[in-house]
Amino acid sequence: MGKLKSVQEAVQMIPDGASILINGFYQQGAPEDIIDEILVQKKKNLTLMNNDAGTATKGLGKLIYAGLVKKLICSWCGLNPLLPELVEQGKIELELNPQGTFVERIRAGGYGLGGILTPTGLGTIIEEKGWGTRVHLGGKDLLYHTPLRADICLLEAYDADWVGNLIFRRTQRCFGPIMATAADLVIASVVTPIQQIGALDPDHIMVPGQLVDVLVQQRR
Amino acid sequence: MDIRDIIAKRIAQEFKDGMLVNLGVGIPTRIPGFLPKGISVWLESENGIIGFNGLAKKGEEYPFFIDASNSFTTILPGGSIIDSGLSFGLIRGGHLDYTVLGALQVDEEGNLANWIVPGGRLAGMGGAMDLVTGAKKVIVATEHCSKDGKSKILKKCTFPLTGLKVVDIIVTDLAYIEVTDKGLILKEVAPGVSVQDVIAKTEASLIIPPNVPEMKLN
Repeated sequence: MGKLKSVQEAVQMIPDGASILINGFYQQGAPEDIIDEILVQKKKNLTLMNNDAGTATKGLGKLIYAGLVKKLICSWCGLNPLLPELVEQGKIELELNPQGTFVERIRAGGYGLGGILTPTGLGTIIEEKGWGTRVHLGGKDLLYHTPLRADICLLEAYDADWVGNLIFRRTQRCFGPIMATAADLVIASVVTPIQQIGALDPDHIMVPGQLVDVLVQQRR
Repeated sequence: MDIRDIIAKRIAQEFKDGMLVNLGVGIPTRIPGFLPKGISVWLESENGIIGFNGLAKKGEEYPFFIDASNSFTTILPGGSIIDSGLSFGLIRGGHLDYTVLGALQVDEEGNLANWIVPGGRLAGMGGAMDLVTGAKKVIVATEHCSKDGKSKILKKCTFPLTGLKVVDIIVTDLAYIEVTDKGLILKEVAPGVSVQDVIAKTEASLIIPPNVPEMKLN
């Protein structure tokens, strides 16, 4: 039970200026309880990495609206109308990644690779802005991207045991198993009561507990 | 018939039983309703669903199950849930038979612009760039002209691109056009539309074969 912390204790482990991977697609898979506590504790100058940018009332969008974010790396931000304004005013730095590039960069960061080479984005804004660099290898033009890692990874899981083994349900999974490899401190918010060691079928585990540092028990 | 249904109906005829396909928002989502008898396909959703099966009924929404349009969804028997890495591995790795998506502009070289209007609100490309780069066949489903009457099929795209030389087929309310190394070939016209109508409403040059049949929509 050593990994169990209250949501307050877990968020106290996140320093101002931290880089944070947050799981979620339309914020499903994102831990709302942890995000709400970051708001309460007013963590500042955060660099966030997430597929989208949440909304004014959901997911990491709340942190953007509260002015706690200095940089966002994402693939899509269509439900966060404030973000383009903040980018225009120079109050937040935005880096766009094609979604498949985004997830592979995180995988490279977590799997010890030196980056990725992808044909996606050639001849587009990705190349124009220098977010990816064109290389010619093996007879092909490709974009090189650096790996992505973060100080912290936040995610929600449906089931967990005291080892920290995690199981997701349906589309809660999305980026979770990959993001959990790419941060120094992985915090999981668990939906159902955390189970005894041995209760989860090892064939069903989606994130091995050795990757998970902190468990937070959701109250529903 | 709603012109968007003409487009969806024609594209539905391209589908073969058992294919894995990704359908973009808008017109492409109408295609499953028009699949020929005996044809069923696996619909892929970027957030990790193979075999999603339409919206959940009211009161039966599962809180951890949404589609790529943020609606509560369902899954077919035999479907599967995957993570985002595998999802985009399937997309970029050539495992997806078709991707069908809308266009702001498409041009003679098969370049596609569909993720941002210059000066319009910033939204990001999401999965679109991977889809057009990796799918075996990229089918554009779009109204032939924009709301202000301008051709969307151009000599050269002027909006920021989604992909370079990626489009294989363009289906509009007026025409079925194939993108080739030689240029755009007008393969079919919509019912009641003449070849001259299509040429007049298309900024791009079209290659016109001796015989251009009318689309068969039933």
